[in-house]
Amino acid sequence: MSRKPLVRECPPTTWYFRQPRYLRYMSREITSIFVGAYCVLLVVGLQRLADGPTAWEGFLLALKSPASIVFHFLALVAAVYHAATWFNATQKAMPLQIGESFVPGNLISGAHYAAWAVLSCVVLYLAGVF
Amino acid sequence: MKERTVQLEVLRYNPDTDTEAHFQRYEVVCQEEWVVLDALNKIKADIDPTLNYRWSCHMAVCGSCGMMINGEPKLSCHAFLRDYEGVIRVEPLAHFPVERDLVTAPDDFMEKLKRVKPYVIPKEKKPISEGEYKQTPAQLMKFRQYSMCINCMLCYAACPQYGLTPSFIGPAALTLAHRYNQDSRDGGRMARQEVVATHEGVWECTFVGACSEVCPAQVDPASALQQMKITSSLDWIVEHLIPGGRSAGDAASREDAVDKS
Repeated sequence: MSRKPLVRECPPTTWYFRQPRYLRYMSREITSIFVGAYCVLLVVGLQRLADGPTAWEGFLLALKSPASIVFHFLALVAAVYHAATWFNATQKAMPLQIGESFVPGNLISGAHYAAWAVLSCVVLYLAGVF
Repeated sequence: MKERTVQLEVLRYNPDTDTEAHFQRYEVVCQEEWVVLDALNKIKADIDPTLNYRWSCHMAVCGSCGMMINGEPKLSCHAFLRDYEGVIRVEPLAHFPVERDLVTAPDDFMEKLKRVKPYVIPKEKKPISEGEYKQTPAQLMKFRQYSMCINCMLCYAACPQYGLTPSFIGPAALTLAHRYNQDSRDGGRMARQEVVATHEGVWECTFVGACSEVCPAQVDPASALQQMKITSSLDWIVEHLIPGGRSAGDAASREDAVDKS
């Protein structure tokens, strides 16, 4: 008996509409665009700083524009979501075994959230917020 | 006993006569506590004996009856009819060629399973007279979860990366590689790295995580693959960035030494 298997292709551009979990995955991946764009913005800021006081003042002025504020808000939301998905993933990537049992996953993720909060406070302190 | 009438829309494909698959709808009188597999058995027995599908144990152990049920990879013996409303759409496992009706061709998975050497490669061979290779409960727990795989291939049907890039070794096979890498009796990690630490191996995984969500044996392949990414990265760092750094094989030996200490 000859075989004639039927291949049902995975649609290359619309597959993520098939399941809500795929959409959640894509939304997580898309947040990296905002994170990357913000990194570019920081590099541009450094370049303006190196160009002298006039260039730096112009850069600061541009940051206060409505478009910039909207971008910063979106980038903040995306970065927080990206970070949360990352920290939630740590319990899968770094399971911790003590003796015969494993440390509960939410403790591993929770430790990352705690470290995030502490480091954020340190950065804010160094920036002179308090 | 309470009964319910269920409508199933089943994908049909006959390689002898068809060039495309099509859906066929069946109306089946079922018992309230039945699963989708029971309904398929009822169809085959009373309505349409030409329907083809695989099953064996009817208790979520053998891994034979995996299908897409309303688009979700499921063991049909583990999918209760009462959990579904309206027409239930039953299709063969996604991402595998369809042999006939709900029967898929697992050849690709079987070939990939062999490539990861899913067996203990003893790190030190000893004569039988010296007795068994002993293991502590803690050493067993390190890999026990990953040994629960029933090869049902639901994780492959859930993984979009496998669907888009069929050369990807895939969740179950890579998880088995991890299972043996984590075994204190095993010394075969370096040999498996040739398959694991490649683009077709763990680096094709983008951590969608669907494999772990659909696994009926709670194996968590996503966790295994992320752990192997970390190990593979450490291998690379040791080999390329540390002066006098040693290869993955040496790193494996070093891990073994840590295990022994």
